Amino acid sequence: MFEFCSDPKSLEGLRWFACYFTTGKHLLFYQSFLVVIALMLVTVPCALAMGFAGALAARSHVAPLRWIGKGYSALARGVPDIAFFLFVPLALDQGLEWLRHKTKCPDWDLPVRQGNDFVVCAQAKLPLSSAPQWQHELYGVSLAVIAFAFVFGAFAAFVLSGAMNAVPKAQLETGEAYGMTRRQITWRILIPQMWVYALPGLSNLWMILIKATPLLFILGVEDIVYWAREMGGTKTQAYDYPHGDWRLWYFLGLLVFYLSLTKVSEVFLARLSRRLSHGQATMAGEEMRRAA
Amino acid sequence: MSCVETIQNYAFRSIGIGERLLPKADFTLCDHFVLIGSGLIWNVYFAVLALCSGFFFATAVALARNSRLAILRKPAQWFIFVFRGSPLFIQFFIAYEALTLLPRNGLEIDLWFAQFTAETRWLTRAWAGALIVLFLNTSAYSAEIFYGALRSVPKGDLEAADAYGFTGWMKFRKIIWPTMLRLAWPAYTNEAIFLTHATTLVFFSSFPAWQQKGDALYYASYLADKTFNPFIPYPILAFYFVLLSLGIIGLFGLAYRRLNRHLPGTAGGRLRPRPFMVR
Repeated sequence: MFEFCSDPKSLEGLRWFACYFTTGKHLLFYQSFLVVIALMLVTVPCALAMGFAGALAARSHVAPLRWIGKGYSALARGVPDIAFFLFVPLALDQGLEWLRHKTKCPDWDLPVRQGNDFVVCAQAKLPLSSAPQWQHELYGVSLAVIAFAFVFGAFAAFVLSGAMNAVPKAQLETGEAYGMTRRQITWRILIPQMWVYALPGLSNLWMILIKATPLLFILGVEDIVYWAREMGGTKTQAYDYPHGDWRLWYFLGLLVFYLSLTKVSEVFLARLSRRLSHGQATMAGEEMRRAA
Repeated sequence: MSCVETIQNYAFRSIGIGERLLPKADFTLCDHFVLIGSGLIWNVYFAVLALCSGFFFATAVALARNSRLAILRKPAQWFIFVFRGSPLFIQFFIAYEALTLLPRNGLEIDLWFAQFTAETRWLTRAWAGALIVLFLNTSAYSAEIFYGALRSVPKGDLEAADAYGFTGWMKFRKIIWPTMLRLAWPAYTNEAIFLTHATTLVFFSSFPAWQQKGDALYYASYLADKTFNPFIPYPILAFYFVLLSLGIIGLFGLAYRRLNRHLPGTAGGRLRPRPFMVR
């Protein structure tokens, strides 16, 4: 990066660190922070959509739909989330390959499960073995995002259905009195009003999501934990920048990163909640009205 | 191999009793159930010890957090902030790295009356190191819950205590503490469930599963790796954990009933799961 970095062995003190922290690998390390934040931002709308669908299903008048909705949100709370992170990508991968196998190779007569192996024809592989590296990586990352969306969708479904139940019944009854259909009541009265009730739960969910991101490491994504382990490990004299076992320092760095992320989110969400409470018939809204 | 033999060989595999080698091929449903169930011993071990010890420490931290003295309040605030604001996964990594940095052959402790060597190697083992992290973690979360409850102890209760001449320890033990627990209990139940779930992280962070003695998730993922079929081990794991969660809700429900036994009628008699995630 800097000119004086051309001969790392001769460096000392501050200059050594300046060069050390700007090596190519460190730049990748910094990038992975952005990747993690980007993944969170992608996951949130997916999880919200899943949660929304789950919450609506849980209120449905069709019994099987209601069972699915309720079971979905109950299951994810009864089972450790990490089990889902391990299960969903693998299950999804096999499910997709099996479907492609069925459509692309109809005359394949061997069973898909042979003892301890899962065998599909070459055309059904996802991604194809001839595909470039970035496609494999993208596929892995999307599976991870889906796993996250699945788990947090269940949490969100729980929060949102609670919020839907918190909207005063009188509001919905007024809608009925005006001759609105069930669908109209849901979309015009229930959903616009539920957000303020959902906000505390959703902000909590965001905090949980932040703290779940290191689990990407378990899914094999090259995230910040991966890089921190990689960079922190003992580097012998064979490397340009030899050093001892610095993993502790790298992980302390990650700790600071996460602490600041949660702190910033906390402040931001508190502001948002103030905003949304404005003029609402809730305790917070009433307090703001009195104070004004 | 019949299922009874499997149970004999593997029911306590996770604590090193029974067959040394894990099954390598031809996994039956029985293998799955027994091996994953055997791993559950560790989950229960971590959850029970962390919760039981964390409970008391959390009470202390909550009181410190509520203290008027900054010297007590500030450390409690920071403790809660650090452990609640960062991922448990990272905490495991940091603890492991820090504990391995301790000298291999023990710390030489030189007190003026005696010299001895403190063994430190056991700290890097999961049963101790991970337990410490879980203990601190649940203490922080519970302390925040208890602190919230402490703040909402009704003023009238305190005034009544004063009127009866309760002071200091007696006032705390007889009035504040029971009320605080009663208010905090639903959220604390939730925390207990989440902590039990969090115990599955232990062997997936840096703590190695020594001699393949792992927890339920460790064995579930072992089986999924070997059979390449996630559809059997993970649902079994889910089944066990749903049972465990229900067990926790049942136990905490009993405690809740006892905490509320003086209240008239059915009001608040039943523990209802709280519609709120606290983690």
